[in-house]
Amino acid sequence: MWPLVLIASVGCYALKLAGHSVSPRVLDRPRVRRIAALLPLALLAALVAVQTFGSGQTLVVDARLPGVVAAAVALVLRAPFLVVVAVAGVVAAGLRYAGLAA
Amino acid sequence: MTSDWPAERRAIIRDATGVGIAVAAYGVVFGAQGVATGLSLAQTMTLSLLMFTGASQFALVGVVGAGGTVVAAALTALMLGARNALYGLRMAPLLGVTGAKRLLAAQWTIDESTAMALAREDHTNERAVRTAFWATGGSVYVFWNLSTLLGGLGAKALGDPRTLGLDAVIPAAFLALLWPRIRGREPWAIAVLSAAVAVLLTPVLRPGLPVLATALVAIIAGMWARNTLAPLASAPIHPEESVHDEGDATPRGGSA
Repeated sequence: MWPLVLIASVGCYALKLAGHSVSPRVLDRPRVRRIAALLPLALLAALVAVQTFGSGQTLVVDARLPGVVAAAVALVLRAPFLVVVAVAGVVAAGLRYAGLAA
Repeated sequence: MTSDWPAERRAIIRDATGVGIAVAAYGVVFGAQGVATGLSLAQTMTLSLLMFTGASQFALVGVVGAGGTVVAAALTALMLGARNALYGLRMAPLLGVTGAKRLLAAQWTIDESTAMALAREDHTNERAVRTAFWATGGSVYVFWNLSTLLGGLGAKALGDPRTLGLDAVIPAAFLALLWPRIRGREPWAIAVLSAAVAVLLTPVLRPGLPVLATALVAIIAGMWARNTLAPLASAPIHPEESVHDEGDATPRGGSA
């Protein structure tokens, strides 16, 4: 397990460092700039979806969904970050405690 | 533009601390999951200290836990970590650091630090961008590792994280990071499309890969939008915004 841990960790750091080492001129190309700007948007949206519905390779609807919906409402109401995540946890835990969701 | 830098600096550090504390919620889960999967506490901590990119860490442990091969676990972690290279590409010109600081900046180039820094790119000076990056990177690094240690130590004492609703906290945190980016029609469309693609691919791909696959959505949108968005860009609501050729980057107008 140590080789996996170390090689994957060093590899992930090398990727980070590569980003900082490439010539800034690469970003002067509008398409690269656009793609670099859009990537976090796409990946964060995907992470929201997968972390809400995913359970390994299966899709489930459980207490996470109302938790995330409550977080979205909190965001619409301009709640601070900590309140947003706390609302999600409390709603999910509460629904489970009440036996209303899995 | 900004007249009260000390106040803004305090606000940035407060936000960065908040992000670190929020991240700690799943650092605990990661630590517990790592040890529960069969990694030693030292191996779990090494991932948080050295790899330090949450999705890759979760993916590595997840693939190992699901019985995936060592190669599959490493590749999944690396492919998920590839986005950090693009974050670095974006951050390097904004940070302008060299030597040892650059090595540290690279290690702290993650979702949270990049998002918090870019959220301040468009409405204030570069001091705010840099402060947000370093404060968030440092805060998340400290809280992530402390919480990993806590979770690893308490792996057996901690019950099912679901009981505490921690599994709902994770997507909520991602949603909160996503939120400032989805102002406007095109960002919304890309976000919804990416979410749909990731959900549809979840049953057919290894855990971690559906998210990576949505990078294609961003790439295709970035290649294609140049032509189709021209009419939109020529008729901005606020004329001063027309100077930005990437208004979708991180348009957080003001602090909430």
